[in-house]
Amino acid sequence: MGSMFRSEEMALCQLFIQPEAAYASVATMGEAGVVQFRDLNSEMNVFQRKFVSEVRRCDELERKLRYIQAEVYKDHVHVPVPESSVFPFAPNPREIINLESQLERTESEILELSHNAVNLKSNYLELTELKHVLEKTHAFFEELDMDFLDSFSFQQQDGASGTDSLTKALISDEALNSQSQVTRGRLGFVAGVVPRERVPGFERMLWRISRGNVFLRRAELEDSLEDPSTGNEIFKTVFVAFFQGEQLKSRVKKVCSGFHASFYNCPSAHSERQEMLKGVKTRLEDLNMVLNQTRDHRQRVLTTVTKDLHNWGVMVRKMKAIYHTLNLFNMDVTKKCLIGECWIPIKDLAFIRHTLAEGSKAVGSSIPSFLNIIETNENPPTFNRTNRFTQGFQNLVDSYSVSGYREVNPALYTIITFPFLFGVMFGDAGHGIILTVFSAYMVIYEQQLSKTKSSNEIWNIFFGGRYIILLMGLFSIYTGIIYNDVFSKSVNLFGSSWSINENPSYIIGNKSITLDPATKDYLQEPYPLGLDPVWQVAVNKIIFLNSYKMKLSIIFGVVHMMFGVVLSVVNHVHFNKKINIILQFIPQMLFLVLLFLYMVSLMFMKWIWYGPKNSLKTSPRCAPSVLIMFINMMLFKHTKPFDGCDEYMFEGQDHLQKIFVIIAMLCIPVMLFGKPLYIILYERRHKKHTSDSCGELNGSIELKETELSGMLNNAIGHEEEEPASEIFIHQSIETIEYVLSTVSHTASYLRLWALSLAHAQLSEVLWNMVLRLGLTSETHWGAIKLYIMFGVWSMFTLAILVMMEGLSAFLHTLRLHWVEFMSKFYIGNGHAFQPFWFKHVLENEEAVED
Amino acid sequence: MKFCGPKLSLCGIIISIWGIIQLVLMGFFYYIRSVALIEDLNISEEHKFTDPQEFYSTADKMYSLNAYNCWIAACLYIFTLVVSGHQFYMNNRNTMSL
Repeated sequence: MGSMFRSEEMALCQLFIQPEAAYASVATMGEAGVVQFRDLNSEMNVFQRKFVSEVRRCDELERKLRYIQAEVYKDHVHVPVPESSVFPFAPNPREIINLESQLERTESEILELSHNAVNLKSNYLELTELKHVLEKTHAFFEELDMDFLDSFSFQQQDGASGTDSLTKALISDEALNSQSQVTRGRLGFVAGVVPRERVPGFERMLWRISRGNVFLRRAELEDSLEDPSTGNEIFKTVFVAFFQGEQLKSRVKKVCSGFHASFYNCPSAHSERQEMLKGVKTRLEDLNMVLNQTRDHRQRVLTTVTKDLHNWGVMVRKMKAIYHTLNLFNMDVTKKCLIGECWIPIKDLAFIRHTLAEGSKAVGSSIPSFLNIIETNENPPTFNRTNRFTQGFQNLVDSYSVSGYREVNPALYTIITFPFLFGVMFGDAGHGIILTVFSAYMVIYEQQLSKTKSSNEIWNIFFGGRYIILLMGLFSIYTGIIYNDVFSKSVNLFGSSWSINENPSYIIGNKSITLDPATKDYLQEPYPLGLDPVWQVAVNKIIFLNSYKMKLSIIFGVVHMMFGVVLSVVNHVHFNKKINIILQFIPQMLFLVLLFLYMVSLMFMKWIWYGPKNSLKTSPRCAPSVLIMFINMMLFKHTKPFDGCDEYMFEGQDHLQKIFVIIAMLCIPVMLFGKPLYIILYERRHKKHTSDSCGELNGSIELKETELSGMLNNAIGHEEEEPASEIFIHQSIETIEYVLSTVSHTASYLRLWALSLAHAQLSEVLWNMVLRLGLTSETHWGAIKLYIMFGVWSMFTLAILVMMEGLSAFLHTLRLHWVEFMSKFYIGNGHAFQPFWFKHVLENEEAVED
Repeated sequence: MKFCGPKLSLCGIIISIWGIIQLVLMGFFYYIRSVALIEDLNISEEHKFTDPQEFYSTADKMYSLNAYNCWIAACLYIFTLVVSGHQFYMNNRNTMSL
């Protein structure tokens, strides 16, 4: 049997690995991703485990990588897009040491470089500030009287008294004026820069501490400066504060340092300033050159690093994952062997054995590693091997619930039934072509598209389900051809079977003409494929289609549900519950067949036996309503037929129907009491005999295995403990659900009709309301109208008919599978197989990073 | 010269290709007098035709008018395709050089 039919057989294995070979063996298993390890040290916390130091080493490497990466991003170095298909293998121990030293070297190099760069930059910043101070203060001094400046410098030199003009120019306040005349102290100044946002506070503070005796001039720097350590932009303001006296000077300086202002030595003489400025400028140029060289060097270092950065990251992550896995292992008492427990698919046992042998051969160990299959009663994980194509369908099933171990996997049938039921609801060849083209693009270019990892969630959903969409599109084209709908227009490929045989004057005089299939209006031969195109222009199109699609959806529904019930047999046989076939499957099937399949057969009888050219009893006039007939059958009622007609389709139908209903009703008590009574009367008595012998066996088995069999006994005991009342309640719930649901689920399939009707109507309305505006015109200017209207129409077609309607049809199909189909046989109480697989490890990490 | 973003130009390309295919086909169907498209002709239902010949000549005229209109609109979409294709190329070239 194929692997899609049911999940793979699993075995619980014990691995005995030599500690030297463990790393390499686990690495190979991680590449293949077919082993699920179990935690044998769950009582230990993370820090008590064996490979803590190795994990720490990996953490340290990761930290370094993160640091390098941050530096790379900071400098906007272009990172080459990694080819996601080629990943390096997990590094072996020698490579680890190389990698460690390389990372160490790179990190220290970058650290040193950035340290130097910060130093240089802060130097550069200081010089630029000084340059600005010199340039800006020039203007302040310029503003003042040149005489004053001379006297000012003079005053500074010998401390002689300033003139009145000085104080006037500096401080206009009258009181200050008089004061300065009295004190006549030395008038000094401090020049520097202060961050722009601190200027108002700085100014106020200076005013307060000096009681207004400090005169502050400032000018803003237009260009931003660069913060040496963070590289952020900072804006600063140049200031010069004039004051009188030593005491005030120290106070001003204190305020300056409090506000993180840096002050610079600024000579008061114009010529000196000019000279200094020149010196500063040459120094700046030199420094700039050095800075550029450091930047170039740094760029070179980072560029060489980026090439390997991605691969290093992958290697370190793989390494860490391996050590985390090894931490799940148990140490042998002799400390010479690592013991791990894992679930392995039976098919891969040979591969794992080979891997273990290779691993111990590689390290030259004399004792081979080996594995040992343990018998267990535990429920193994469910593993369905999928490929690109089946993955999407398996996901549809798994998102409902993971199937039990070795349970029938509905995903296999979903591959065809899902797109088919979708197509029934989305039946329009035009819209189907759009879906097909879109998904075909994704399928054809899947290699390229999967490489460019998109963070767009909607796109990822579409891309993940590309094969589902492709099949949905193809089936929509098919059903579109059957419904004869292409953007709500019909195609007359084979020539309609209907014709008008009236004279022209009659046609002109009448708005609508009735075509009678009994006359020569109808060829008596149906259109070869799907719906006759004549229905597109018929007034009673919807009435005809409703009857047709309603019947169709009930037929599909009943067949689909019966198939589900049949699948439960496979489960009963496999799980060796053959009694369920008699007590559950047969009554369930009888109930469904006798009532609902009978109704379906009535539909076919009506379609085949009744026709317009037949005699009265089988003419359309006498054709009974299937629904009314079915209701009468259930309620044992009668409806009076028209004159000359029969109530039933064939002889003895009423007796047959009565028998069917009675048998179906008798099935209910069988379903209700059959299984519980069987369990109580037969199985329990049977078990009493066996339990004694079971105990005897246990005595002779070793310690470890008694534990296992103890577990086994527990599991059986658990099942046994269920009291009779609970069994009855369970069974009655199940039965009531089944009986009620056959009715409601059959009705639920009517959504196939409802959605396809809605879809067809919506696309017709869109064509008539939008595109027709562009088509009905009297001149060639209509082409422009058509150009615009086509654009509008195509946008609405995409947004409403393909996207919205497609989504709703998808959801309804999903429901039909999850509820109506799978409830007939699916238990879905399994747990998924989660192998140790580097691919998953890397994907998860990336998801976390994003 | 670039005046459309990458998404708009891609959208333009897709709509134009679709428009060209569908409008050329529709023009062809009008040209061969497809009955399915008769409801979209500019023939009012209130108009009373006195003889079939009159109806046929009107329908014939309208069919060819619509056929040519469809083809003209298809040509306009060819123009749109060229413009948006150029824009798409410009956008792509910009992203490639970055």
